[in-house]
Amino acid sequence: MTSGNSSGHRAHLAHHFSESSQQSESARMGMWIFILTEVLLFGGLFVAYTVYRSANPEMFYNAHKHLDIHLGTLNTIVLITSSLTMALAIRSIQLNDRKKSIKLLATTFALAAVFLIVKYFEYSHKFHLGQLPGKFYTYTGIEGSNPHIFFSVYFMMTGLHGIHVIAGMIAISWVMRITIQGRLSSEYYTPMELTGLYWHLVDMIWIFLFPLLYLIG
Amino acid sequence: MNKIPEVNYLNADRGIKSWLFTLDHKRIGLLYLFSIMAAFLLGGVFAILIRLELLGPGKDIMEARTYNQIFTLHGAVMIFLFIIPSIPASLGNFILPQMIGAKDVAFPRLNLLSWWIYMFGAIFAVISMSAGSVDTGWTFYTPYSTTTSTSVVAMTLGIFILGFSSIFTGLNFIVTIHKMRAPGQTWFRLPLFVWGLYATAIIQVLATPVLGITVLLLILERVAGIGIFDPAMGGDPVLFQHFFWFYSHPAVYIMILPGMGIISELISTFSQKKIFGYKAIAFSSLAIAFISFLVWGHHMFVSGQSQLASAIFSFLTFLVGIPSGIKIFNWLATLYKGKIRFDTPMLYAFSFLFLFTIGGLTGMFLGTLATDVHLHDTYFVVAHFHFVMVGGTVMAFFGGLHYWWPKFWGRMYNEIWAKISIAFTFVGFNITFLSQFLLGAKGMPRRYYSYLEQFQSLHGFSSFGSWIMAVGFIIMAIYLIYAVFKGPPAGDNPWGALTFEWRTTSPPPKENFKETPTLTHGPYDYDKIIPKRTI
Repeated sequence: MTSGNSSGHRAHLAHHFSESSQQSESARMGMWIFILTEVLLFGGLFVAYTVYRSANPEMFYNAHKHLDIHLGTLNTIVLITSSLTMALAIRSIQLNDRKKSIKLLATTFALAAVFLIVKYFEYSHKFHLGQLPGKFYTYTGIEGSNPHIFFSVYFMMTGLHGIHVIAGMIAISWVMRITIQGRLSSEYYTPMELTGLYWHLVDMIWIFLFPLLYLIG
Repeated sequence: MNKIPEVNYLNADRGIKSWLFTLDHKRIGLLYLFSIMAAFLLGGVFAILIRLELLGPGKDIMEARTYNQIFTLHGAVMIFLFIIPSIPASLGNFILPQMIGAKDVAFPRLNLLSWWIYMFGAIFAVISMSAGSVDTGWTFYTPYSTTTSTSVVAMTLGIFILGFSSIFTGLNFIVTIHKMRAPGQTWFRLPLFVWGLYATAIIQVLATPVLGITVLLLILERVAGIGIFDPAMGGDPVLFQHFFWFYSHPAVYIMILPGMGIISELISTFSQKKIFGYKAIAFSSLAIAFISFLVWGHHMFVSGQSQLASAIFSFLTFLVGIPSGIKIFNWLATLYKGKIRFDTPMLYAFSFLFLFTIGGLTGMFLGTLATDVHLHDTYFVVAHFHFVMVGGTVMAFFGGLHYWWPKFWGRMYNEIWAKISIAFTFVGFNITFLSQFLLGAKGMPRRYYSYLEQFQSLHGFSSFGSWIMAVGFIIMAIYLIYAVFKGPPAGDNPWGALTFEWRTTSPPPKENFKETPTLTHGPYDYDKIIPKRTI
């Protein structure tokens, strides 16, 4: 999308578009549709959550107490802040302040890494206790039917979300690279805008996961 | 005398790399066309093998295990590799940008990536199915799919990969239709094929991710034993069916909607008459897309879902009949007092009308709770969906293929051989599948390796029909390929049609149009203008 060579076109305008606004609107619309597909991908897991929580309400309540609400809250704050720095990075490139934009992107990247590190400590604690999905579940301290199902749902949801965090970090570092190379400016910043949209989605999904998993009852 | 333009998209760039890494939607459309035709051939060979085995009760040519693998391969190849990508990715890719007067789709690289992913996923899925001897059927229901020792994981991973190619095509088409239309191409001046592709793309984008998460859960269930579909661990195997059909029922409309779009083009062009009820046809496509998400439970009337849910799903299923009926009656009204020409594409359109109506109406039998209990998992179901999928989609696909073949290559096929071919296909199809309605009504279950003596004559009849159909397809392959090299030049507008793609040369230049076309009349204004046929 970013390279074009026909004469009279600006460098970032591909040959089959007639003007920049058509190109950037197309890209944005494509990203929104992609975000829709992501929502539906997670939708399956939300359905699974609903089915198994309504089948085992007591167990879900008992099991959720074994999640660390402090670490969960910390991660929520970390992600929301990273969404803010992402939005500010776009604002800076709109104002042609490339240096500030790069700093803010780096901050977003770092916050994403903090999220994953916190998640790592949460996961390793659960691995240690045997609070694992399905047949690997060995913990005995949770009352109610089928406690392993809670951890199946927990690990699937947070795991898939974690993969999306990693994908977001890859996208952010790529945008950082092309910003450093000077390929983005107030005239053309679509890649950063799309990455921002994606990053907000990753944030949004967590905002749903956090109360569903950590704040039951 | 018609001439082939000296420089066109076929010879503008040369060499194998200029094809494999092309960003031209026309070439990508052809790459897809070759790939899906290879899949159709493969799936067709499996179909013939199935019918050979079922020629008589007991063992004919293969063991029961092999038979199970062959029908799994037939279903999975035909559905995931052929019919889902068939019309949108091949004909749609080629024609859509031209129909709206654009130079290309919105995201040409994504388009190419979609084909690469398709090829990778297709090869991956076929190899893992054959080498891993998967015998679950294309539906890979739990608990069998989670307990069998065959390589279900590899197959479903292949399907997961294929899903991306489908999503990318759908996403690309939605944005293209929204953002790339030529000046003056308002929504209600779009050809109805574009509306069909639009409705299809919406389903592709919304339903395919759910298949993605379904196969991911299935893979995790097998690999990590998460227990989500395992009743012994508090899981629910019926939940798998809900997930599966939440994608796979809308997927049925991914298969049929673009076909309906083609039929609208064919019927208007070959009646030389303005299409009747343009908006009704356009909106009925969107209505079908919408309702398609609400009917998945009709696959599960006997799976133990609640009676109330079944009754609601049954009611919603009947609703699909309304927009489908709207289309059929509008097409019939278009034919009324039209100057009908019986060129080959039109014969396919007539076949579609006849066969799809039977397929659609028998769907109503199956959507009715009481009759479904009797007919569920019998050959009646097999006959029903083959009437819709082959009688509907495949007929429309071949109708479109014949209609646009001269646009693809600039050359015309032999009309007489084309008519002989469709006669074989149509007769063969009816012999094969009408007999299966009878088999099913008499209680012959689907997917069985052997059967009682009393079913022998109908099974034999059905197998006989499959050979006639095969002859029809072989003839078609020969004259179509011959036409590419030796056919007479067809001219820009061989059928005298009004949509945009006929205003450029055949084959078109690399950028589709020498200059961006402007709209002077609607796609079906045959009451105002009758273009001259160039052949």
